Amino acid sequence: MPDRPALDTVDVAAQDPDREQPWADLGLKADEYQRIREILGRRPTSSELAMYSVMWSEHCSYKSSKVHLKQFSEIAQETPVGKMLAGIGENAGVIDVGQGYAVTFKVESHNHPSYVEPYQGAATGVGGIVRDILAMGARPVAVMDPLRFGPLDAEDTHRVLPGIVAGVGGYGNCLGLPNIGGEAVFDETYLGNPLVNALCVGVLRHEDLHLAKASGEGNQVILYGARTGGDGIGGVSVLASETFDADGPAKRPSVQVGDPFMEKLLIECTLEIFAAGLVAGIQDLGGAGLSCATSELASAGDGGMRVDLDQVPLRDSTLAPEEILMSESQERMMAVVEPGDVARFMEICAKWDVEAVVIGEVTETGRLEIDWHGQRVVDVPPRTVAHEGPVYQRPFARPDWQDALQADAAEALPRPGTGAELRETVLRLAGSPNLCDKSWITDQYDRYVLGNTVLAQPSDSGMIRIDEETNLGVAVSTDCNGRFAKLDPYAGAQLALVESYRNVATGGAKPLAISDCLNFGSPEDPAVMWQFAEACRGLKDACVELGIPVTGGNVSLYNQTGETAILPTPVVAVLGVIEDVTRRTPTGFQAAGEEIFLLGTTREELSGSEWAHVVHGHLGGKPPAVDLAAEKALATLLADGLGLLTSAHDLSDGGLAHALVEATLRQGIGASVTVDGDAFVGLFAESAGRAVVTVPAGSVETLTALALEHGVPIRHLGRTGGESLVVEGQFEIALDELRETWTATLPAALA
Amino acid sequence: MARVVVDVMPKPEILDPQGKAVLGALPRLGFEGVSDVRQGKRFELEIDGEVTDERLAQVEQMAETLLSNPVIEDYTVRVLQENDR
Repeated sequence: MPDRPALDTVDVAAQDPDREQPWADLGLKADEYQRIREILGRRPTSSELAMYSVMWSEHCSYKSSKVHLKQFSEIAQETPVGKMLAGIGENAGVIDVGQGYAVTFKVESHNHPSYVEPYQGAATGVGGIVRDILAMGARPVAVMDPLRFGPLDAEDTHRVLPGIVAGVGGYGNCLGLPNIGGEAVFDETYLGNPLVNALCVGVLRHEDLHLAKASGEGNQVILYGARTGGDGIGGVSVLASETFDADGPAKRPSVQVGDPFMEKLLIECTLEIFAAGLVAGIQDLGGAGLSCATSELASAGDGGMRVDLDQVPLRDSTLAPEEILMSESQERMMAVVEPGDVARFMEICAKWDVEAVVIGEVTETGRLEIDWHGQRVVDVPPRTVAHEGPVYQRPFARPDWQDALQADAAEALPRPGTGAELRETVLRLAGSPNLCDKSWITDQYDRYVLGNTVLAQPSDSGMIRIDEETNLGVAVSTDCNGRFAKLDPYAGAQLALVESYRNVATGGAKPLAISDCLNFGSPEDPAVMWQFAEACRGLKDACVELGIPVTGGNVSLYNQTGETAILPTPVVAVLGVIEDVTRRTPTGFQAAGEEIFLLGTTREELSGSEWAHVVHGHLGGKPPAVDLAAEKALATLLADGLGLLTSAHDLSDGGLAHALVEATLRQGIGASVTVDGDAFVGLFAESAGRAVVTVPAGSVETLTALALEHGVPIRHLGRTGGESLVVEGQFEIALDELRETWTATLPAALA
Repeated sequence: MARVVVDVMPKPEILDPQGKAVLGALPRLGFEGVSDVRQGKRFELEIDGEVTDERLAQVEQMAETLLSNPVIEDYTVRVLQENDR
């Protein structure tokens, strides 16, 4: 073992003020390092430098995005059902869903780790979001994963996709959480930048809500869960290896390995601790590990905390204090507990075989003080680490190429004319990577464990029953069409929101709130920053008009390879409530002989569409128009239509044609429809605010009256039944052929 | 015919949930005195002909690309001597 550098303490820092420090290697800018020196009135110790560098990173501090995210808190902090119980800034937002229940949900990114090590990256992404939900006092009840990959035929996709899918499935299945939805989208720009977003939904009673803060002098700080190892600290190694050779042994891994069985124990242990009323404050350990948990807890509480870092149980005894502070070892939590409750807390941890150690206490010094074997290595004001990091007003500008991109409309592309050509196009789209059957992926996830799953993939939304007596339930959907966002990030973000909103509504749930995962390229590129700013503005405006708040979310920047950024991908998750899940509306056609109607307005909107993408490899023009009032009216109609509608399916990628493909294939019930006007536009336009619904023949008048009442345009399309999908006067496709085309794609590419 | 053995182990810094599970089970079964367990896997490759440096280099490549996940695992390659069998 080579020599360690001598311990860098606060005293040493005072005596040796001019020591060169590797701030640049840790990702800090010169002015940021200078500011740390000003805050402390001296140079930081290497432990302090480690903390600041990780907490002031883009990932933890949101320094580039903060100024734009701020507007989300201007949205009224209430849902159509009631006030939000906890909002942005907490681990996850909490909303009231009635009957004394509250629900918390959040979507977060784990993109880069999943590129480096697909299985573990995706698995620990699931683990991290589950702990966020747990830290609110909620029992995690479902997960969902919106995924994005490079082209299906690209070599790296064959490395990344199976690993990510297995990781999502492996961790979630072992935890016993149903995976009820998500997305799998393919686009060239995600090659080298796959997106792994992970969502978790948790349920709690109102009185069980817990917020992350460390209050009450003398309260004990307990670290519990897995031991701390050298996971995910690649970058900090520089601090612990100053005297090492260039190729020294301090090559700490930059990946983390998850242990879902440990996480399951942590869930049950934590919920029992909550139930016993032993928690004054709590926080999960995720990115930035102990640096984040100690500074955030202290900062949110009375402002002081003292920690004996040498008390942290280690998996690897050679870890230096800097590394312990930065370690991203999984399956750990930190709780603040009153001294009289510590013994009981430890008993519960022992019962669940979860290691727990008191590592410090809450103080009134207003400082975060961390000791290593009796020597002070950190003495900082916690707010400066956790909440008062740098804020950048990054320059942003609409790129020069935006006009040219929007002028190059897909409406001008050559279109199929004859019935045979339309038929060919329907099949080609049905078998294309983005629209094809995703069961190769979703079959690797357990959708029904816990026995409360009402709807899951390929339904429009995932729906979970939360009360077995009253049948109260919630529905969640995540969506984003990055091509729309590229064409117009303001409208594109809104289109992601309304699609998700609609997907929740088609099942009969009332949309209540959103969580967003904003995946973009480098904020240092003014064009990307403009995309980001526009997307935030779009989401805020849409939320205000729809009357639903943003409960939280996550930003992932620097998703780019060289100069090429990913498509701007503001993934929006919408959560809705349904009073009785047994009355929900299913997604596909349920019986023959029912009347099919199209709700909403179809316009000649083909730019950014799946048709333009698949058939022409084209991206240009302006995305479909957003009409928030129409979306709201449609959602209200769909909720009022519970019990009347026998099925409802949202129209989005692939337009009416693909909605019919999915609706017929769901139960193998064919349909015969008439498309008025230009059949191509009617079938393939991707106008928003539309849904296909069915009613029994006797209910046609009731539906028509309901549509009139809500001002939703309605048009009779045809009737369900038969063994094929028929568009009158154009073509017929046998369901067998359709199914074969739709299901063959992923197995052929990946098996 | 020669036998080449590739031992694959999780890197020392990487969490090994399987090893941890075994470590937890040992005292439950009454086995004391074990302070850590790490679980890896062993591949035995029957090689046609003589084990040349070139052949060994190929095995290294196999270990690197298929038998191990070099992001989280280390491997060692060795030729099994006749009397080791």
